[in-house]
Amino acid sequence: MTEPAMDAPSGTPNMPHDTQIRPPVATVTSHGAGVAAPVKIHCQDVSAYYGDKQALYDITLDIPDRTVTAFIGPSGCGKSTFLRCINRMNDTIPGARVTGRIEIDGQDVNAKDVDPVVLRSRVGMVFQKPNPFPKSIFENVAYGPRIHGLATSKSELEGVVEAALKKAGLWAEVADRLQQPGTGLSGGQQQRLVIARAIAVQPRVILMDEPCSALDPIATARIEELIDELRQQYCIVIVTHSMAQAARVSQQTAFFHLGQLVEKGSTEDIFTNPREKRTQDYITGRYG
Amino acid sequence: MGGYVACRDSQMVRFSPMTLSFAIILLLAISVGVFWLGRRRARTMASGGATLHSLPGYYGVWVALWTGVPAILVLLFLLTAGPHLGQSLLSANPPAAVSSMPSETAQAFWSDARALSRGKSTSAQPWTAEQKTLLDAKAGEARRFDQVMKMAAYGMAAVLALAGFLLVWPRIAPTLRARNRVEGWINIALIACSAAAVLTTVGIVVSLMFEALRFFAVVSPLDFLFGLDWQPQIAMRADQVAAKGAFGAVPLFAGTFLIMLIAMCVAAPVGLFCAIYLSEYASPRSRAVIKPLLEVLAGVPTVVYGFFAVLTVGPAFRSFFNYIGSWLAEGPLDPLGQYLMGVQGEMALTAGVVMGIMLIPYISSLSDDIINAVPQSLRDGSYAMGATRSETVTRVILPSALPGVMGAMLLAVSRAIGETMIVTMAAGSQARITANPLESVTTVTRQMVELLTGDQSFDNAMTLSAFGLGLTLFVVTLTLNVIALRVVQKYRQAYD
Amino acid sequence: MTDPTVSDAGQARLKKRHAAERRFRLYGQLAIIIALGFLAILLGRVLQQGYTTFWTHSITVQVFLDPARIDRSDLEGNNFDYLAAGNLLKQLKVQDDELGLASGEAMDLVSRDLGFRILDTLKADPSAIGRTVTFTVPVKANADLYYKGEIKRSTPSTDRKISDRQMDWLDALKAKGQVRGHFNTAFFTKSDSTEPEQAGVLGAVVGSALMLLVAAVIAVPTGVLGAVWLEEFAAKGRMSSFIEVNINNLAAVPSIVFGLLGLVLFVNGLGFPRSAPLTGGMVLALMSLPTIIIATRAALKAVPPSIREAALGMGASRTQTVFHHVLPQASPGVMTGIILSMSHALGETAPLLMIGMVAFTPGLPETLASAASVLPVQIYIWENAAEAAYHERTAGAIIVLLAFMIVMNAAAVLLRRRFEKRW
Repeated sequence: MTEPAMDAPSGTPNMPHDTQIRPPVATVTSHGAGVAAPVKIHCQDVSAYYGDKQALYDITLDIPDRTVTAFIGPSGCGKSTFLRCINRMNDTIPGARVTGRIEIDGQDVNAKDVDPVVLRSRVGMVFQKPNPFPKSIFENVAYGPRIHGLATSKSELEGVVEAALKKAGLWAEVADRLQQPGTGLSGGQQQRLVIARAIAVQPRVILMDEPCSALDPIATARIEELIDELRQQYCIVIVTHSMAQAARVSQQTAFFHLGQLVEKGSTEDIFTNPREKRTQDYITGRYG
Repeated sequence: MGGYVACRDSQMVRFSPMTLSFAIILLLAISVGVFWLGRRRARTMASGGATLHSLPGYYGVWVALWTGVPAILVLLFLLTAGPHLGQSLLSANPPAAVSSMPSETAQAFWSDARALSRGKSTSAQPWTAEQKTLLDAKAGEARRFDQVMKMAAYGMAAVLALAGFLLVWPRIAPTLRARNRVEGWINIALIACSAAAVLTTVGIVVSLMFEALRFFAVVSPLDFLFGLDWQPQIAMRADQVAAKGAFGAVPLFAGTFLIMLIAMCVAAPVGLFCAIYLSEYASPRSRAVIKPLLEVLAGVPTVVYGFFAVLTVGPAFRSFFNYIGSWLAEGPLDPLGQYLMGVQGEMALTAGVVMGIMLIPYISSLSDDIINAVPQSLRDGSYAMGATRSETVTRVILPSALPGVMGAMLLAVSRAIGETMIVTMAAGSQARITANPLESVTTVTRQMVELLTGDQSFDNAMTLSAFGLGLTLFVVTLTLNVIALRVVQKYRQAYD
Repeated sequence: MTDPTVSDAGQARLKKRHAAERRFRLYGQLAIIIALGFLAILLGRVLQQGYTTFWTHSITVQVFLDPARIDRSDLEGNNFDYLAAGNLLKQLKVQDDELGLASGEAMDLVSRDLGFRILDTLKADPSAIGRTVTFTVPVKANADLYYKGEIKRSTPSTDRKISDRQMDWLDALKAKGQVRGHFNTAFFTKSDSTEPEQAGVLGAVVGSALMLLVAAVIAVPTGVLGAVWLEEFAAKGRMSSFIEVNINNLAAVPSIVFGLLGLVLFVNGLGFPRSAPLTGGMVLALMSLPTIIIATRAALKAVPPSIREAALGMGASRTQTVFHHVLPQASPGVMTGIILSMSHALGETAPLLMIGMVAFTPGLPETLASAASVLPVQIYIWENAAEAAYHERTAGAIIVLLAFMIVMNAAAVLLRRRFEKRW
């Protein structure tokens, strides 16, 4: 497999240079030698608007499979907005509008014949503040399989729940109290519960919006461990405001600023050898 | 139309309102004068070189408060409690002739005595000569009481005002913290105002219990609460036959319950779905239009709903059922058809449906608040898993909102039970226990209105039974409200 | 994405889920349509039944004050209506029969007001006897209903209040131009009356206004100041949460219970006159107190703490902070709460029935202590009345009441919008 994920400054893989469409705003600097994994998500000239206010300016980006890609940047720069474009969560906000192409496995998610309900079962999401449902632990994880009809019998459902909880690294702690409310767990456990919930519907992609910002350092470490395990199976995109976390956890990084994608490349390159001044300033803590 | 509510020995000795208001105005004027004096004195002290603790105005106010308030309180007490005092004093030791009269005549006696003492014409009651002399004597007594009390009150007010002024005037000094003192007065006034709400509850309980206990002395509470026969009448004369009334309130409870049930069957689903649609589906624009319209429905007075029930809904239902009856008659279901053809508009269904219409906006707005209190993060979590909106509502939002919604329903039930005008105008007055919505039933509130708006005196079981009903109604609605509000409170705390 | 890996069973399931979603949405829309439909029907019916009230008919009659038939020594004892009926018959060229039935029927077409007008004229000017004087008075209620088409010839004559002969006369009078239709100002300038054509809402409107005034004077200061204490000064503890629970419960007590309280405490206990604006106002004040307190507390809570801190930081005392800064800032919310609670009190009927306001009160109340009626009770009384003409008047009175409430609510909304500050 030879598809380099992000090599040319404004290139998409397999496309000849002269048919490039340059983004009208800043150029996106990307580094060479991307990860050798197939592209899972391909975004082309994605812009987003809240009413009249433009939040994203022509983002073009490829996100490889079985990798952790981190979106970093100062607060308010559009990373979460972009994340939410991928699973069309912005549809739930009145007045929000998205233009451009976002393809997952080659299929445009904004196409007319795409059912957001199915899309979101393929793309899981973990939020900043853990939001387990006020139901039992079992019911929390079982919710997804139930509505999508993924289990046909009770024992099958129990099997699905157990597998998801095991993958999320929570099974050992809750196996004996599955009927207790999910909200009774600690913050870190709740977040793992939410991850288990997302995994239970067998997604292809997992989006995480600052999943550790509400957790203490120990819980954060456990989640980061979990992310590292999960990336062997899923495509993971994580938004984080902690550069240290991005450095620890991700293999690819994209730096956003004021709604634009400024620089993208492998994590190592971005952090050791940033090419854009803005990136450098951010990384060195000039602003944040 | 017509009729009056009998009062018990009231309006005995009345102070001429004119003089009293004059006295109050005089007192107010004096207080204002004292304020000026006090302020001027403070200013003089300040210009003499001393630094005042507070603005001069505060000193003036302080002196004026001490002068005016105790005196005004005395006068107000007189205005409100004076007549009662006078009356109890007057009828404290009734002469033998009066206490032997039947209560109706005794009432007329006292009211004539009162009228005479104030120079008004008496009733047409024929008094014997002996009774007439008694009447005149009592009238004279009343007049004397009147005078004495007035003098006493005015005297006391004057003394208090003067004493207040004299005690306080010398204390005006630059170091006096006048502003703090005045704020202390303000504080007391504020506390008194908030106590008013508590006092109202206390007042309700006390007044209801007072009269209801008199009722329960005549009719045992068990008979009342569990009796199945409601025929509230009393013997007009001792020799009247078949006049012993029955005061079993169960038919009233049954009627109230039936109508409430019909109302909730209409209002609960419609109201809840309105709330769901408004909070989860409607665009901000339609919400901005629909919500005010629903509030209009909520603001319509219940007497208008009653009118609507009697003149529109009742006849409509009657025609409808009569028509179905005529259709069914002469067929295999003939008895049912005959029954339906004879149905009248004054049925439980009419009152229940209209009450339900009235409750729709109530339930809708309460539920709307509750659904909106569910945090957005829960919705996001559910949508992000690929749930449709209806699945999110039925599986995530409503279960979370359930306690709050239950509380809202309880509040609506309490409102339905206490509603008066719709049932007074649209339901019947026949006390019967039935589950058939096409029958005419009566409710607790309607009976209360009927019992208290006729020619009644306050000494018989019939009128007092209204208080027994009132106490029961109060206790039941209070219990429902307490439970409902507690539930909603705890639910809100879970999400704040 | 339309995932090619979704199985057929999966697709079918998806379809079912989307169908369920559409159905659910439909239920919501249906509920809204039902609720708003009821509103439309309610208002529509009221308007339909009431708009005819605002139009009425008057008749111009020339009455020859025949000296032979008027007893000067006892003016009040004369039956002027009978006299006028005779004149009417003459004008219609109808001969009266021996039983005087024709005169009786003629009398039934014209309001009794005519007799009183003739009497007043003669009292003022006794020399008018012998002259022919022209009077314009309303027609009697049933005649008015006939002119409006509510009483029809097609109804069998035993079922209606106007005989065929009377209908002919009415038509003839109209054709001759003696009867004129015009706007019913009497509805707004007169009070309740036993004669429907002379009944109006003025007494009730004035009574309502006085009662609301009393209620506002008592409830507004007490409620606002009480809320101020509870919100700004009271230490948060068991006492204040007890009071808060108390107030919330009081707000949900059925209004009829307040009527009982008024009956026992004010009418029987303190001897206040029943059926007076004073007593009614006090009962309504107690009823409005909890809602005013709750609304004021909400408005005070909405004022950001930074304002309080700024004032305290300048050395203002707690009292000064509250009365100089917080309360003024909260006043739009407070005013809105007051207006809404007064508007609600305007429509209350049950507690007023309890304190005895079912009496027939013609005329305006003179003082706060004289007997009066209020709009909702007037509606209730008229609704129970037997004469058909009261039906349209009931609906007309409802229209007046609703108009007042709409004005008050609109004022509250406008006030809120105008003074609402965004923080």
